[in-house]
Amino acid sequence: MSTAENNGRPWPRAGRALPRAGRTLPWVLVTPALGWTLLFFVLPFAAMGLSSLTAHEGGGFTLSNYSQFFTNPSYWQAMVNSLQVTVIVTVVSVLLAYPFAWILAEQVPERWQRLALMLAVLPFWTSYVVRSYSWLLVLAQNGVINRALTGSGLISEPLQLANTRLATATGFVHFFVMLLTLTIFANLKQLSPSYRKAAADLGAGPVRTFLHVILPLTLPGIMVGAFLTFVLCIGDYITPQILGGNNELLMPQLVMMQIGRRGDFPLASALSIILMAVVTVAYLACARWLKIERA
Amino acid sequence: MRQVIRVASWIYALAVYGFIFLPVVVLVLFSLQSTSFPIPPFTGPSLRWYDAVLSDARLTSALLNSLLVAVLSSATAVTLGFLSAWGFARFVLPGSGLLRGLITLPLTVSYLIIGMGLLVLFNWGGVPKSLLAAGIGHVVINLPLCFAIIYSQMGDHQINIERAARDLGAPEWKVLLLITVPVMAPAIFAGFFLSMTFSWDEFVISFLLTRFDTTLPVEIWNLLRSGLNPKTNAVGSLVFAVSIVLVVLFELTLLRRRKP
Amino acid sequence: MTAPLVDIRGVSHRFGQLAVLKNVSLRIEPGSYTILLGPSGSGKTTLLSILGGFVTPSEGKVFIRGEDCTSVPPAKRPTTTVFQDYALFPHMSVGGNVGFGLRMQGVDGTRRAAKAREALALVGLASAFDKKPHQLSGGQRQRVALARALVIEPAVLLLDEPLGALDLKLRRQMQDELKAIQKRVGTAFIHVTHDQEEAMALADHCVVMNDGRIEDEGPPERVYARPATRFSATFMGESTILAGTVMKATNGAITVSTPAGAILLPGPQPAGTSIALAIRPEYLRLGETKGDIALGSAKVSDVVFQGSFKRVLATSALDPALQFIAKAPASTTVQAGDTVVVSCNADDIIQLAD
Repeated sequence: MSTAENNGRPWPRAGRALPRAGRTLPWVLVTPALGWTLLFFVLPFAAMGLSSLTAHEGGGFTLSNYSQFFTNPSYWQAMVNSLQVTVIVTVVSVLLAYPFAWILAEQVPERWQRLALMLAVLPFWTSYVVRSYSWLLVLAQNGVINRALTGSGLISEPLQLANTRLATATGFVHFFVMLLTLTIFANLKQLSPSYRKAAADLGAGPVRTFLHVILPLTLPGIMVGAFLTFVLCIGDYITPQILGGNNELLMPQLVMMQIGRRGDFPLASALSIILMAVVTVAYLACARWLKIERA
Repeated sequence: MRQVIRVASWIYALAVYGFIFLPVVVLVLFSLQSTSFPIPPFTGPSLRWYDAVLSDARLTSALLNSLLVAVLSSATAVTLGFLSAWGFARFVLPGSGLLRGLITLPLTVSYLIIGMGLLVLFNWGGVPKSLLAAGIGHVVINLPLCFAIIYSQMGDHQINIERAARDLGAPEWKVLLLITVPVMAPAIFAGFFLSMTFSWDEFVISFLLTRFDTTLPVEIWNLLRSGLNPKTNAVGSLVFAVSIVLVVLFELTLLRRRKP
Repeated sequence: MTAPLVDIRGVSHRFGQLAVLKNVSLRIEPGSYTILLGPSGSGKTTLLSILGGFVTPSEGKVFIRGEDCTSVPPAKRPTTTVFQDYALFPHMSVGGNVGFGLRMQGVDGTRRAAKAREALALVGLASAFDKKPHQLSGGQRQRVALARALVIEPAVLLLDEPLGALDLKLRRQMQDELKAIQKRVGTAFIHVTHDQEEAMALADHCVVMNDGRIEDEGPPERVYARPATRFSATFMGESTILAGTVMKATNGAITVSTPAGAILLPGPQPAGTSIALAIRPEYLRLGETKGDIALGSAKVSDVVFQGSFKRVLATSALDPALQFIAKAPASTTVQAGDTVVVSCNADDIIQLAD
């Protein structure tokens, strides 16, 4: 039985219900949004693609913007740095956030959970320029951490914390722990409590229940969160720029540098497209774990 | 065993909370510093840096610019998002899945690349850098969000509600104004406030697309070049406060929707 | 003879490749209570949507009060619909909901409120005027939906599985009320359901649908006692079905060969015709109290106690594929494993158009 009545849609859609309005009205509704997307998203993207194939000097067709990436070791190195930082950040963030989300969902009493979660993600809403700057205050040569360590006599000379890869990673992890806590918490709460009861009923202790039931069931959610972390992290310019300084460059910094210092739009475009291609490859690589619901 | 887990949980949770709040606490605390460096020891409390922020014409105008861009771009995004969500949810359109995919596509692309694209396009088209250009970019990032939120809330039940209104004699524009908009109001507000917070915070697109008149995050960025400064702490704390207000409003509208 | 209130002529409808209605014609009299009965997928809801104007049929015409309404939009035709999920406007009060149709007609506020109150009183909800829909129970929402549809005085009220979301007890109670309200207002009701008990309790006119066609229509008593087709015999209550062939036809009497033996019946069919016979469970006799037609003996496979009676399932000794379904008094001592003699009266055998 697969009639229209059985598809969970007891009444057919209104396609023919508005005989006159039905022809033009829907297009009047959707055209502005589609037009905006075409004009200010698709067209710019095409412009960027075109630009990446033109020479900075003279403007003729060239592939040199792309070949530069593969031949210039410092460009290549920026991509390597970006990937390393992103992978480290993603792994560390998941490892930190999962137990935290689990504690919020399982150990905190039900009535305090909403508050506990809101508190846990509150700094998420500080502007991200400000957030990175705050970490600079904490990690600076004479900042809070170094003062605390020298004050307690643990070290005599302040540590070089700011302007390092560690600082960049710390800033990122801070942001993504909050983001992942939010997604993993939602995932844990969606699990029916009957799973836990059933596992307990069948004789599994808390540890085995977690390993064999809870963890596998939340894995898809973790993958989605991890992928989101990957995408947002690899494309971010602010955090490495403020916290990492210019000691080592990540891809977004390299892109911005082409625009800022040299006004080299073609090279910046090519590097952006390469960055996007890497994200797409990452997406395809883990696409089968990412059952992102179509909205 | 249970006891051990419980104690370990508490310690772990407190440590993570500590990590999460450390920078924010430091930020707000040293915004109250009375001397010129936002580093220990604490010398406050004093409001002199808030004074300095509020009397800095560049910062206050950037703040107003940010609010203006956030409100206008969010209103545009939510209007376009609502109309298209309504269109797609109510009518059978050829290639509907593909077109919906197109509208949500910008969600998967980083802001840097969206900003780059617009910069290249506007550069070619001779469109000058301006708040308007940045606002256009903000609509690009927030439109898919508004669309997704509102579209996901337009279920079959809402379709029947609109059918009932039409059946009882309401012309299309009355269905829209008296039924659809009020029924969808929580989703519309949610989309609007979420867009507001994203636009309010957005840096890279504004950085690329504005020049003289700019938004607050870009102005704060400029301030950073002068190194650590309690004035930056003060403006950062203010931005944080505004974001919190927006988030609370968002939470409230969300809660209101869950109630019935 | 007055013209029918609703006249559906040769309506067919397809969703894409799928034909959901196949040449359906139906007339509905003023003031009647019509039930469209059928399983899901039978096309009954689509037929209702066509009547309400939400779907324009692929072929055929719909006349209401003699006017061609086939492509008239819902707002402009004299029908209103009570939706399965009630579709109350969640942001308006109950009074606002009921008054909505009048507001669209430009009726002023005071008169609107008065009429809305009147309609709410009719459905027994006079006190709910200022409440919000989410403060009401399922049954109350149902009544508000009814009042909202009735207040603009439609010629035909369409109800799409109106009791489907209610629990059994409430359903039976609302069923009685629906009937009472319909009698009071005198509006023609057309009501879609898959519940045959609901159909028998409510309908003046019962329309059995299956696979996009009307299988049978008429007063529910007739449809139950003398179903026209095999489908309506099985969908409207249970039956024992005997498939057979006419062996001999003489003077308006036929001899039918069936798995349970030869049966003599009145009928015009020529010899060689395939025929299906149905017997309702309450007309099958078990044991000594014999009817005039013997159906052989059968082995009882199951006895289910149902309160006021026992439902007996038995397998024919002559043909193991033949299942008898009988209704025996609660006091019967028949048990699973017993062998019983089965019989019935010729008058109680229904001939089905197969």
